[in-house]
Amino acid sequence: MAGGIKKFVVGCFDDEAVLFPAVKSVRRAGYKIHDVYTPFPIHGLDHAMGIRETSLHTAGFIYGITGTATALTCITWIFTKDWPLNIGGKPYFALPAWIPITFELTVLFAAVGMVLTFCYLCQLSPFVKKHHFHLRATDDLFVMAIECTNKTNDEEVQAFLQKAGAVEVNVQVAETGWWLGRYDREQKLYRNLEKGY
Amino acid sequence: MSLLKYESQIREPLVNGNKNYHQVTEDIISPIEMKPTRLWYIGFYISVALLLFGVYSIYREVTYGVGQWNLNKTIGWGWDITNFVWWVGIGHAGTLISAILLLFRQGWRTGVNRAAEAMTIFAVMCAGQFPIWHMGRVWLAFFIMPYPNSRGPVWVNFNSPLLWDVFAISTYFTVSLLFWYSGLLPDLATVRDRAKTKLRKLLYGVASFGWTGSTKHWQRHESLSLVLAGLATPLVLSVHTIVSFDFATSVVPGWHTTIFPPYFVAGAIFSGFAMVQSLMIVLRKVFGLQDYITLGHIEAMNKVIVLTGSIVGIAYITELFIAWYGQNPYEWYAFKENRANLFSPYGWSYYLMMFCNVVSPQMFWFKKLRRNIGFTFFMSIIVNIGMWYERFVIIVTSTYRDYLPSSWSTYYTPSIYEIGFYLGTFGLFFTCFFLFAKYFPVIALAEIKSVLKTSGENYKRKMTDIEKEDADKFYIEEVEHAH
Repeated sequence: MAGGIKKFVVGCFDDEAVLFPAVKSVRRAGYKIHDVYTPFPIHGLDHAMGIRETSLHTAGFIYGITGTATALTCITWIFTKDWPLNIGGKPYFALPAWIPITFELTVLFAAVGMVLTFCYLCQLSPFVKKHHFHLRATDDLFVMAIECTNKTNDEEVQAFLQKAGAVEVNVQVAETGWWLGRYDREQKLYRNLEKGY
Repeated sequence: MSLLKYESQIREPLVNGNKNYHQVTEDIISPIEMKPTRLWYIGFYISVALLLFGVYSIYREVTYGVGQWNLNKTIGWGWDITNFVWWVGIGHAGTLISAILLLFRQGWRTGVNRAAEAMTIFAVMCAGQFPIWHMGRVWLAFFIMPYPNSRGPVWVNFNSPLLWDVFAISTYFTVSLLFWYSGLLPDLATVRDRAKTKLRKLLYGVASFGWTGSTKHWQRHESLSLVLAGLATPLVLSVHTIVSFDFATSVVPGWHTTIFPPYFVAGAIFSGFAMVQSLMIVLRKVFGLQDYITLGHIEAMNKVIVLTGSIVGIAYITELFIAWYGQNPYEWYAFKENRANLFSPYGWSYYLMMFCNVVSPQMFWFKKLRRNIGFTFFMSIIVNIGMWYERFVIIVTSTYRDYLPSSWSTYYTPSIYEIGFYLGTFGLFFTCFFLFAKYFPVIALAEIKSVLKTSGENYKRKMTDIEKEDADKFYIEEVEHAH
């Protein structure tokens, strides 16, 4: 959750076929990619950037079984302890008749829980102000932001990106709030990997 | 690299014309940024007028009671529940397109899923009105929710299909809304980033939740959509199954059948696709989206209509056969006299249903008719009328004659407020849809962009060159190294 002002070198690409090799070469050169902003999901880009798989679906499973358990325990308590209804001498514990509601609550809990978790993890919410590196990142540009340290020579990085095929290069200063740079700790640098990509 | 973008030329392009990413944005967002046309205003005002009439009808019903409707001694569920089942059924096509076709990796869903999901949400909103206002003392509607209360330990009946319905419809609405809105976030961000005025920037900024398009966010977004699709698929089947349980678990002749769940689900998808067709044909024309909702899309949906229409047809005939084969005199009477006898009071509705749902969709076996827009629009209306009559036949012909002939009811015709309520839900539906079409991207932008380079017409033309490439060489060089 480190705050503070950081400097980024931003390179914009207009073709994903150029972006992929650029991501590879930037990582190989040892620069730290803060993020790549794209107008649509690009399959394989997360692997190329060295981001680990999301475990959102695991969270969804846990929310789902929570829903199942909630429905079953509540209905069981209500219909066997709190308010046992004699319906033609049938058993109070009428499991088959409870399956529909149990199923619905499973789905409801899983869906609501996952969406809330998704919004939390991505820090998405109304009235959240974020730094947008390029307005066309939601239109037709693939925008790569490279984080600078004290030692980084930003002109060198700019030249590097231009050589890699960026159509537009600039340097931006952005305040890293609690929504920025959450996951770059997970990112492994290319040279630290044994096998490489 | 290029083989990654390969798709056989036998497949029809999903996006026509010479498009690039920016052009796609331009085509889909620009209708939102322009002033609405005169046609939009006319349509919108008509919808609002219908909605107001609906509100007045409900006001009459709440003030003077359910007696404002012409329900009678044996027909306790008339137009009201017919409309409920009809609207719920219409909703199902949106979920089918967005969830089931996502799991089946059907690329053509990208052109129509956004508007179809919106249709689902508005249709479920309309459907929900009917059981709620039918309660009569609607200010006690919260009694249907289970909560600890001071009325002694009194709970709702968890063994009742009517309560299952409460859970099914409310879950369905919630999950559809979440699925739709999470898909909308990136596209609303596109509108935000193009906005020129301060107000638009603010409103779309709030609506898009500060979406940036970060790779990690997309990765989570993809995972979320996939799981939500996996959840919505059994959910949509369960919803209409549970609606059919409202009938099937009773002991009313004509309702008490085990075939109802699959028969209702197929019918729901059938009517829903017809509604999607009606809406899409108008939408593509008004907003000039013919390049994105192509004849190929319309044909694909017509294929679903002929399939589900035939399933419904088989269900009708099976039901009739079993009524005879089952040797239950009441069951057989309901089918033979109340329905299949053309000269019985409601015989006409049974044959109207048979014609609209079973006979007429068979026209779609002809490719020429499947790709004919005028005919498709006409058929979509016919199918919707037919599916409304299916519910009417099930509800009214089974209840107007019960076990005691002395209480057989007189001919049931709806009152003006019953009709007004129905028209009011049309008003609600179209008011919402007009607002949606004006203020939201009606086509899933990001999804179109992600299929553009495989399925766009101008990219398809280049596939011949790619076909000459050596697949084995590509595999060794690109795919193996990628991991």
